[in-house]
Amino acid sequence: MISLKVGLEHYLMLGGGLFCIGLFAALAKKNAISILMGIELMLNAVNVNLVAFNRYGDPQLLVGHVFSILVMAVAAAEVAIGLALVLTVYRDRRSVNIDDFNWLKW
Amino acid sequence: MSISDVVFWILAAVILGSGLAVVMVRNLVHAAFFLVLTFFGVSGLYVLLEADFLAIVQILIYVGAIAILIIFGVMLIQREDMRETNVFSSYKKVAGVTVALFLAILLASIKYTPLATAVQPPLESTVGPIADLMFTSFVVPFEAAGVLLLVAILGAIVLSTGVGREND
Repeated sequence: MISLKVGLEHYLMLGGGLFCIGLFAALAKKNAISILMGIELMLNAVNVNLVAFNRYGDPQLLVGHVFSILVMAVAAAEVAIGLALVLTVYRDRRSVNIDDFNWLKW
Repeated sequence: MSISDVVFWILAAVILGSGLAVVMVRNLVHAAFFLVLTFFGVSGLYVLLEADFLAIVQILIYVGAIAILIIFGVMLIQREDMRETNVFSSYKKVAGVTVALFLAILLASIKYTPLATAVQPPLESTVGPIADLMFTSFVVPFEAAGVLLLVAILGAIVLSTGVGREND
């Protein structure tokens, strides 16, 4: 049983749970925007892990903070490009259903 | 159990609950709002982990930029009824089993890994030391992130305005 006294493993478990929720959204959703939201949840979970390791490892070093700032920059770029792609596909196909994105399929 | 432990458990409930709501709610706009609530919860977690700068940046970037961008995307795309817009595809069961297995492996490996328990005192303020690190040891990733953002902006503009497609 997990103890109520909060330590590193609690943050890791919370990050793992959030990552799995995001992964489920990314795998099982029909709407392309829902999938983008799932990816955002996964990136947030990774950031929680990085900051928790930084706090419980060596808080004077701050490498985890720098890493999670870089992750945030990549997340911003990813959501901008992803939404632009979804908008372009929507203009072409009148749909954001991921099952309709099948140009590469014979 | 200290006060920060209580805050942690409340924040964990908020984060996991609203994260689940993002997946389970059937209305896409409501899902986006629950996503905002999740981001706020994660920001509170950063405060708890003594990452003051990251907590503010989390609210600025995730709530202020990314969530608003997603809500704008929803508004630009979904024109008709919003009620059944956040539904599952036919892969729901396979994805559920896969994710459940993955979660079990993750939790087990966290439980059986010896982790650091000694906590050192945190820094007073993290802003200056982060800036020092970013412009000395991590200057190349920092510049690469700048180039990545520039490319992403240009790519988003080209994709969404359809530059070079006037002749079609």
